[in-house]
Amino acid sequence: MQPQAKLDSILAAYRGRGRDALLPALWELQTAFGSISPPQVRQLSYCLRVPEADIFGVIGFYTLFHDSPTGRRIIRVCSDPSCALAGADAILRELCERLAIPADATTADGEYTVEHSPCLGMCDYAPAALVSARGAGERALPRVTVDALLGDWDGGYFMAAGDKRSALLDASLAAAPQTLADYGDYAALRQALTGMRPAALIAEVQASGLIGRGGAAFPTGLKWKFTREAAGAVKYVVCNADESEPGTFKDRVLLEHRPHLVLEGIALAAYAVGAGKAYLFIRGEYPKATAILAAAIAEAEAQNLLGTGIMGSDFGLTVEIRRGAGAYICGEETALFEAIEGKRGFPRMKPPYPTTYGLFGKPTAANNVETLAAVPPIVRRGAQWFKGIGSADSAGPKLVSVSGHIAKPGVYEIEPGLTLRRFLDDYCGGVVGELQAVLMGGAAGSFLLPAEIDVPLTFEDLRAAGSTFGSGAVMVFNATADLRDVLRRVGRFFQHESCGKCFPCQLGTQRQAEILERLEAPLAGDAQRLLDVGMTMTEASICGLGHTAGMAVMSALEKFPGLFAEEG
Amino acid sequence: MTNNSITLTIDGQPITVPSGATLLEAAAAAGIDIPVICYHEATSPNGLCRVCVVDVDGGRVLQPACVAECQADSHVETGNERVERSRRTILEMLNASVNLRQAPEIQAMMRALAADASRFPDARRRESELIDDNPFYVRDYEQCVLCWRCVQVCAEDAQFTFALTLKNRGHDTSVATAFDISMTESPCVFCGQCLGVCPTGALKPKMEWGMEQGWTAEELRKNTRRGRKRRADGE
Repeated sequence: MQPQAKLDSILAAYRGRGRDALLPALWELQTAFGSISPPQVRQLSYCLRVPEADIFGVIGFYTLFHDSPTGRRIIRVCSDPSCALAGADAILRELCERLAIPADATTADGEYTVEHSPCLGMCDYAPAALVSARGAGERALPRVTVDALLGDWDGGYFMAAGDKRSALLDASLAAAPQTLADYGDYAALRQALTGMRPAALIAEVQASGLIGRGGAAFPTGLKWKFTREAAGAVKYVVCNADESEPGTFKDRVLLEHRPHLVLEGIALAAYAVGAGKAYLFIRGEYPKATAILAAAIAEAEAQNLLGTGIMGSDFGLTVEIRRGAGAYICGEETALFEAIEGKRGFPRMKPPYPTTYGLFGKPTAANNVETLAAVPPIVRRGAQWFKGIGSADSAGPKLVSVSGHIAKPGVYEIEPGLTLRRFLDDYCGGVVGELQAVLMGGAAGSFLLPAEIDVPLTFEDLRAAGSTFGSGAVMVFNATADLRDVLRRVGRFFQHESCGKCFPCQLGTQRQAEILERLEAPLAGDAQRLLDVGMTMTEASICGLGHTAGMAVMSALEKFPGLFAEEG
Repeated sequence: MTNNSITLTIDGQPITVPSGATLLEAAAAAGIDIPVICYHEATSPNGLCRVCVVDVDGGRVLQPACVAECQADSHVETGNERVERSRRTILEMLNASVNLRQAPEIQAMMRALAADASRFPDARRRESELIDDNPFYVRDYEQCVLCWRCVQVCAEDAQFTFALTLKNRGHDTSVATAFDISMTESPCVFCGQCLGVCPTGALKPKMEWGMEQGWTAEELRKNTRRGRKRRADGE
């Protein structure tokens, strides 16, 4: 098809739609043309009635969109800690040598563009890459080599690493995406629709003690109650699958292996809060999960498990998938709403909170993938079953993503209360080499020393130990790891991912990264600079990204002061 | 007191304000000065600059006074150590990135907080060439603090012209037109409202800038709006 005909056919489907169709439209243009040109922006502007300048601003916010030409194939190699330990830097270097270009450039023949990427959520298959082929879209590649990256990109993955005993998942992680034939009817949803009023469902979830699995640990039932009780007829459920915290990949595994469990959880949430529409926002770096969920939604709709009049009731639900486009900040729920609304992913000021003023200004229950996946088993087995697992303040089974210097990286389900030491030794096959440090909670988390790993893995015990469970990321570093290098990568990550809205984070992530780059030869006063920058981001930023952007560095200042020592 | 008033304490001083008042308004009523950079009474507040942060009841995070509403019986401190560290560090970091030579109000804030102008050596500055692409005003984004006010008045806060946006993100963010086209190619109607709300020397009338450059009367006439109009009139 000629370019103009191709453009016309893409835009035809968007005519009459509003600004909230902007990201889907930009994705189609990006996939078809490799970048989005000024004339295309002009036509899209007329089509969606969004100002050209705004569209340009949106393209520049999301790193998977390009406003200048790219190669027919785009290769992005992860540059975050777990992939770095697995040799990602050497792969990127050799790739650039073979193609005779620097990183973040395109070959003269227009065939390849090579870029750095923040964490791709493939730490269990490090080193990982995300590749895009003009016209075909994205693909995540596991355990990459230079030859594989320059080859035909055939090497798919579908291996379930980790635990074989799982209460939440009801069985070991299967070797293929689960279909309805494996998963069965949405029994918990049927149970709710036939025998539980929404208020009773909310009470059951409250009684279970379930708290959010995305990092903030807010009580799920309470969030639903606030949303249900908020004024207004239109309400939304948003499933936050923008999992982007370095070292975290549990939601990817859940989405790829248990799509119907997640969908049933979404349906239960919608029934509880009174929503008829749910958005499933999946990060753009998860093409496989996106395809699996799209197929699962179609399958569920065909079986009347989603759609109108579900199972003969008067409850109806549409689930729409939205793809992120490369922005860690969109894991912050209000930034995620802005992305769905077709804007730059800036976090909003709170209050008002999403439960009263969320997506499109309507009451919204935004929940993490793992949180929603916990709901069907709670309904089927009862709140007391869930509450009986773990501790009083960390009820229910919890998924943990383990990567780095560990014998068996992967996603494991644990009963909270298990110590980190036993977890690493008994579940994960033990640390490879001599343990130096564990980074809990990803780049936004904090370090534990070898002497501290007898801490029980619960939200409250980790908090008391000055650490965090966060999103359940555990990154293991042995004595050969260069912690200064780890910190530099953390610094670059936040410098790259700050949205730029508030001054403390916009400036602080830049200043922090600059100081971390010179850790080998620090200037006098650098440790104090890092502390002042870290505390200012923590105390004065708008959102959770800024509040945690200095955490890992400040915890290293406390636990590894030698890393920051000045000469002499 | 009526139900529509609340009482709180700011820096030890009890004060009663209408409910819904911001901490900034309450502090002003109590005669307490809180610095602001991005806040402007004519634009929607976004709580960006955070130099107005205050400590409310020793909470985990500080609150932006420009948007945070007063809470009954709360104790607010506008100048304790936490507050001053954040304000001072923000100003020091800002000064390391942005040319503040024509921002006397921000310079005064730095002096008041004893901020160190060279606190962050070897910092990457936001450097850019001055943009002189129309007869009305020049844009010098080296002096831009990213308060967003120009973008806001160009859009829903006043003019609904949408000539401006923010490009890139994080520290690399800058104000821009679509694809960096010139102002004359953009939808700009040269209303001048962006100049009126700019808190630094980033946006400046061409006439003023020309005089700073030492232009002659003839150059001023030729290069600014007035001269162009005359030429159009049949010069």
